[in-house]
Amino acid sequence: MRAQYILVDGLPIPFEEGQTIMQAAMVAEVFIPHLCHHPEFKPQGSCKLCTVKANGRYVSACTMPAKDGMEVENNSPDLNDKRRTMLQMLFVEGNHFCPSCEQSGNCRLQALAYELEMLTPHFNQFYPDRPLDASHPEVLLDFNRCILCELCVRASRDVDGKNVFALSGRGIGKHLIVNAESGRLADTAFSLADKAAHVCPVGVILEKRRGFAIPIGRRRYDLEPIGMQVEGQARRRSGEL
Amino acid sequence: MTEACLEAGRLDELLQPIVDAHHRDSRLLLQILREVQNALGYLPAVALTAIARAVNLPRARVEGVAGFYSFLHLTPVGRYRVLFSDNITDRMLGSVELMDRFCNRLWIERGKVSEDGLVSVETTSCTGMCDQGPALLVNGLALPRISAERIDRISELIRAQIPLADWPGEYFLVEDNIRRRDALLSVQWPAGEAIRAAIARGAEAMLVEMRLSNLRGRGGAGFTTHIKWESARRAACSGEQPARYVVCNADEGEPGTFKDRVLLNSYADLVFDGMTVAGITIGARNGLLYLRGEYASLLPALQANLMRRRLNGLLGTSLCGQADLAFDIEIHLGAGAYICGEETALLESLEGKRGVPRIRPPFPVSAGYLGQPTVVNNVETLCKAALIAVNGGPWFAGLGTKQSTGTKLLSISGDVERPGIYDYPFGVSVAQVLNDCGAGHAQAVQVSGPSGSCLATHEFSRRIAFEDVPTAGAFMVFGAHRDMFEVARNFAHFFAHESCGFCTPCRVGTALVANCMEKIANGHGSQYDINEIFKIHRLLHAASHCGLGQSACNALFDTLHKFRPAYERRLRSLDFEPAFDLDQALAAARQMTGRDDPAAHFRLGPGTGVEP
Repeated sequence: MRAQYILVDGLPIPFEEGQTIMQAAMVAEVFIPHLCHHPEFKPQGSCKLCTVKANGRYVSACTMPAKDGMEVENNSPDLNDKRRTMLQMLFVEGNHFCPSCEQSGNCRLQALAYELEMLTPHFNQFYPDRPLDASHPEVLLDFNRCILCELCVRASRDVDGKNVFALSGRGIGKHLIVNAESGRLADTAFSLADKAAHVCPVGVILEKRRGFAIPIGRRRYDLEPIGMQVEGQARRRSGEL
Repeated sequence: MTEACLEAGRLDELLQPIVDAHHRDSRLLLQILREVQNALGYLPAVALTAIARAVNLPRARVEGVAGFYSFLHLTPVGRYRVLFSDNITDRMLGSVELMDRFCNRLWIERGKVSEDGLVSVETTSCTGMCDQGPALLVNGLALPRISAERIDRISELIRAQIPLADWPGEYFLVEDNIRRRDALLSVQWPAGEAIRAAIARGAEAMLVEMRLSNLRGRGGAGFTTHIKWESARRAACSGEQPARYVVCNADEGEPGTFKDRVLLNSYADLVFDGMTVAGITIGARNGLLYLRGEYASLLPALQANLMRRRLNGLLGTSLCGQADLAFDIEIHLGAGAYICGEETALLESLEGKRGVPRIRPPFPVSAGYLGQPTVVNNVETLCKAALIAVNGGPWFAGLGTKQSTGTKLLSISGDVERPGIYDYPFGVSVAQVLNDCGAGHAQAVQVSGPSGSCLATHEFSRRIAFEDVPTAGAFMVFGAHRDMFEVARNFAHFFAHESCGFCTPCRVGTALVANCMEKIANGHGSQYDINEIFKIHRLLHAASHCGLGQSACNALFDTLHKFRPAYERRLRSLDFEPAFDLDQALAAARQMTGRDDPAAHFRLGPGTGVEP
């Protein structure tokens, strides 16, 4: 049987039966912007940053199964414009002040904002009131930066088997909660060794006393933009760079 | 009930019978939470912990579910909890003024509990009483036709702490208001007629009749019913408890719709017959009816009806005397979440989870309730299926139009002389409907609710049918004197309130649009804001996870195109206008410094030194 391909912006990408557009693109090192997706966890399709056009229809690349011959529009002005607007929505929904954030340079939200040339938050800020939780001896929770990607929820449930995190509320009031009657992380089974402690794409789950061990300017996305990190490898391998 | 009364022993005493009655089944979490709240007044943190332990779920998961539904409360509410229905039709009948009057009478503030814990007041999304509004809910029970006199009387009853059971019965009287009967509403069969007809036909023949009828779903999307039934019948069951399910979607939340309320009130046997026919046809033994929380007052009669049917052999084992047939029906109550009308969100809610729409595919016909093949049909669709079982597919196909067979119930409200339920063959023109219901000078009709379309006078010759103007049944009429901006503003707030918050564009976008509409309403808007609404509309349409987000700006889009002057007369300028008032921003500084001289003000314009 011949191999099956999807065409992403005209580039043929092979896939295996059952793979999503995102999974095929990740294997092929083609960059589709995303925040809630993580190759180790079940796709959930909530951030919508990976919205692409498959055979003319807008779909989430992380949940849409690839089909042979499917034409996928990914890196286009229309899609990047929509992604930029959704990034701006995420920025104004929470309290994101990059210069004072100890995840600056390691933050995927910030990295995508640079990648997609988001110059301002554009919308009026919501300025939600989200108190910190510093109760845990090893980890600080700064809910101000939560983008509700549920990676910590999935990691704690599916890998750690602890269900430390969950979402409550609805609509713009949706928020992250922890598994304790007191509402404090210290009263949960959470530990720094958990997978959930290391999957936050932004700056909510922070290891204490480590904040600036690597100075800003020398961090992951300071060194190379996020899209280049994915696609650069592919180009380096094919000898273009 | 205060936290102090809730020492562990007493809490257990209250909780045990409730969780035991639900077999400590985590799938019944929403039902358990509802009943615990009925016993305690709200859901205190200790109760959530105890419930989580009883049903063996992580506590955070239980809190997540409790925090999702509008009718569940994690903080204390008044012993009398009063919710004013906030659909535009309620507002047109004076609900805003009536709520103010009520708050003034009782010296309370909206959204806050009175200091003695006696009463709290809020608004809620459309309660499905638009034909007899304005309406409110007191502790979950509906009171239609609220007037100023009634508000005064209700305030007295609450102040005197009279139990709801002792309030005048007529306050709770909900009329059917059936104004036009056709194929559906003229049915007067005994219970079980359709079941016996379906059994006589046999499942395969019943599917053929369904195909010939070309019945399409009455919940709005218009998907062909026989394809759903056939797919579910052919789909493989899986797992330890293989089964098929029939789910009746009675979460009638679309503002302006109330046909299911009437069907469940006066045609319940036809609904249950339809569910049973579906069960026989697809090979399901279990039916679930998801009843919206706002219709809780219908529950006792529906439960009594189910008991009666079990006694008469119309439910349970040996259905209608057939030893190989069995079917039973359970009713689940919702708790105030419009999104649960979306079929996969409804399934999540039935499984005791947050009502978040699932990723599709897989579709419910192959993996629905508990991952099993499931048919989810609207109340009206199931009634039509019962009709087809008795009268046959060709008879049904002879009604209506080619692509839209049969009749459609319209829920008519707004500026009309005779609001209520109208049963029409598909293909009827909007003008005909308007004429029949006595709409004198209509300038617009919102068809199929806020997520539907807004028609202006030049479109009244269009027809109600899937091929022209599709509808789930809402038909809200706006007279020439109404302000269409206020209509759109009400809808914008509705969607912001009801967004489940799962995906970024809908969660944030609906809130941004509601804020934009407030800015325009407050006289700070400009052309810029209108462009913003269009931009967010395009994004929501393209990138939202489900139909709620995709259609959340439809009404704004329509009204902006067809009633633009209603917006433009509110704009301060047709160019950019800042969202805030610079002079107003100095008010706090003026107050602190005790100044009010001209130099302490910031004014734009000639002679002030600051040019606009």
